[in-house]
Amino acid sequence: MVNKKTLILVCFVCLCLLLSCGRKKDTARYDDPGKPAYGDMIITGSIGEPSNLIPILSSDSASHEIASFVYNGLVKYDKDLNIVGDLAESWEVSKDNLSITFKLKKGVKWQDGKPFSAHDVMYTYKVTVDPRTPTPYSGDFKLVTKAEVLDDHTFRVTYDKPFAPALISWSASIMPRHLLEGKDITTSPLKRKPVGTGPYIFTEWVPGDRVILTANPHYFEGKPCIGRYMMKIIPDTATMFLELKNNSIDLMGLTPLQYVKQTDYPAFRREFNRFKYLAFSYTYIGYNLRHDFFRDRRVRQALAYAINKQEIIDGILLGQGMDATGPFKPDMWAYDGSVKRYEYSPEKALALLKEAGFRRDADGVLRKDGRPFEFTILVNQGNVVRIQSAELIQRRLSAIGITMKIRVLEWATLINDFIDKRSFEAVLLGWTIPNDPDLFDIFHSSKQGPKELNFIGFENREVDDLLVRARHTLDRGERKKYLDRLQEVLAEEQPYTFLFVPYSLVALHKRFKAAEPAPAGIMYNFIRWYVPENQMRYRSNAAVSP
Amino acid sequence: MLRYLLKRLFFMVPMVFGITLISFAVIHLVPGEPGALEAEMNPKITKEARERIRSFYGLDKPLYVQYWTWLKRIVRLDFGTSFATDRRPVIDKIKERMPVTILINLLSMGLIFIFGIPIGVYCARYKDTFLDRSLTSFVFAGYAAPTFWVALLAMIFFGVYLEVLPVSGIKSYDFGEMNVFEKVFDVTRHLVLPVCISAVGSLAGISRYMKSSLLEVLRQEYITTAYAKGLPEGMVIRKHALRNALLPVITILGLSIPGLIGGSVIFESIFSIPGMGQLFYFSVMARDYPTIMGILVIGAFLTLVGNLVADVSYAVADPRIRIG
Repeated sequence: MVNKKTLILVCFVCLCLLLSCGRKKDTARYDDPGKPAYGDMIITGSIGEPSNLIPILSSDSASHEIASFVYNGLVKYDKDLNIVGDLAESWEVSKDNLSITFKLKKGVKWQDGKPFSAHDVMYTYKVTVDPRTPTPYSGDFKLVTKAEVLDDHTFRVTYDKPFAPALISWSASIMPRHLLEGKDITTSPLKRKPVGTGPYIFTEWVPGDRVILTANPHYFEGKPCIGRYMMKIIPDTATMFLELKNNSIDLMGLTPLQYVKQTDYPAFRREFNRFKYLAFSYTYIGYNLRHDFFRDRRVRQALAYAINKQEIIDGILLGQGMDATGPFKPDMWAYDGSVKRYEYSPEKALALLKEAGFRRDADGVLRKDGRPFEFTILVNQGNVVRIQSAELIQRRLSAIGITMKIRVLEWATLINDFIDKRSFEAVLLGWTIPNDPDLFDIFHSSKQGPKELNFIGFENREVDDLLVRARHTLDRGERKKYLDRLQEVLAEEQPYTFLFVPYSLVALHKRFKAAEPAPAGIMYNFIRWYVPENQMRYRSNAAVSP
Repeated sequence: MLRYLLKRLFFMVPMVFGITLISFAVIHLVPGEPGALEAEMNPKITKEARERIRSFYGLDKPLYVQYWTWLKRIVRLDFGTSFATDRRPVIDKIKERMPVTILINLLSMGLIFIFGIPIGVYCARYKDTFLDRSLTSFVFAGYAAPTFWVALLAMIFFGVYLEVLPVSGIKSYDFGEMNVFEKVFDVTRHLVLPVCISAVGSLAGISRYMKSSLLEVLRQEYITTAYAKGLPEGMVIRKHALRNALLPVITILGLSIPGLIGGSVIFESIFSIPGMGQLFYFSVMARDYPTIMGILVIGAFLTLVGNLVADVSYAVADPRIRIG
């Protein structure tokens, strides 16, 4: 019996110990902006684990996020999406618009202390275009006809045609030549221990668990204020949200529901700031233009009238989005807001369909030459917003006598078996909006081959011409003219029904100051974020190891 | 006995190859390709680049050639290099994931047996009483409720509301600065929820097995004899009934050997535990064929070994099987 009692006692003590070590409540008020100070740590969550920290070899967002703290490009975007120098002090475009000469910053050092020079840029170019390097990003660099190192801090590239996206293609991460040259980049230790020129130094990677970076005290733009950066790998989004509510992560992207409803309570607002800015993406319906019905522009316009975009934004995004009028987002310089818009109007839709030869029979079904207007829209599994949008659209279309079936498919199946084989009628998908407004790959008629991206089969002479001109014009004012006309034609032609541009919704712990959303997002000035001395949470600076 | 063992071992060889052949075919039939998957629909990735990556991984060769290459490596116990862009040896990836999965599974299996067997014995002994019924309802509720749901509720309650246990992960952020005692304590705290919750779901199986097998034994004549001798009830159950009733439970033990290395995907994702289940899931999503095959081969091998162990331990425990 004594044994039993001891056992119970031990259990009780254990329980007490467990209960006693709950995190102490932070009573500090975070509303005081305080003074910038060095220290503290930011913890972010990532669904996926980085795969390879040499950015030209990886294509997942977690790897690129870490790499963006460790490496620099020659140029970068500022908060308003203007191109500014990063490792380049300045650059000069030759009179014939064919070559760019970069003047590199002097005194920049790799994180291992070796000086950075134009030879590193040359190496990065060479390794990217090397056929033995399995990189998906060689496309832009392949257009370079000549690359030369003029001196240690001057680098020149030449193209055989003026190429508008050329400058920004040099925002690619520059690799350290002294650590990589002459070695096989695919087996380099740098893929798990990167060495760059960037604001943060790679410190530790616990597989499946976390990646830790530490501020680079010798960073050429000054030492970042936040001492450490930790990416926690949390594969389940519900868990990640709980960790956020539990204050164990500091920064996380939210869904509209989380933003509008689930984080709108005093305790959360006391601890977190919520930000929103337009995301770099839009959602659209793409029509297979080889299909009899969709080949007719009037049918596509009618569908645009028949769909209530505002209803989708209000109902599914809970208001956290803007209607899309074309392939750019409204706060970009390339955006043209004056194009034709399609307000919700079933009457106009029916009138256009009538013009196109459709008749509405007694049973309410639209028919052309006896064939009912029926089609299947494909949506990828797991994207709830897209599936729900499809359901709302289905209802609006059935109101005017069109039967739209929804088929939800796993991503790889959707791409390989339907889109690549062109065996679809319509798809509801999204595009990432590139920072540089080059749409050549998506709308040019030459891009219809297998695996190419004009899978809807859009062919328009004027669009082809505008795309090529815009691509080879470096002057922004002139390029904008072509892009404006391009958006007008796309709005008129409606190869896609452009649905909406969602907001990126972000929660950030209140102790981090100086974060401010801009067209470029919020991370653009990360190295200037700070936590005032009296609000710091993670003070220790000892190295963390497993 | 020895001949029996050898025969069984011999037949395992073609089985393992059969399993690998089928899994290799199935996994390659799934649409999508490694690396290219994430890059799909990205305008910055050219067709040539895609082809280059394909040939880099040897995916441009016919399937049977790929299988043959893989087979030639695997017989030398070389699991190859991962197709994920990290290009690490598969065996390293498995090695770094294995310990945590085995630890959690061992702990939860321990819990299951510690609680499941007594529950089963109690329910058999006091069959159809109120407590029997409520225990049975409890274990079945645990079995029927989806793990992810129970897990999330527990995380909200213990993690966010009470703030006594960490929500996810297995180590705190400052793990490296702790002393040994704190480290053990930290990991223990992190393991409480995952271990308990994974055990709750499996209590039903063991306790039901235990109950039914004990009930059957209790009906035997030698039990009546034992009672007739005037032995106290506890003694009858412990000494005479339980030993015989444990036989089927041994089988289950043998069959759970492969389960030890296969973590649950849903479970490990929810608790952010970097274990085998997650590795397998991510590998499938990234079409990382060598890693998938590596895990499958180890799993298949352990399943067969588990079956063998179960059969052999049967024979050891029960003379009738040994002779027959």
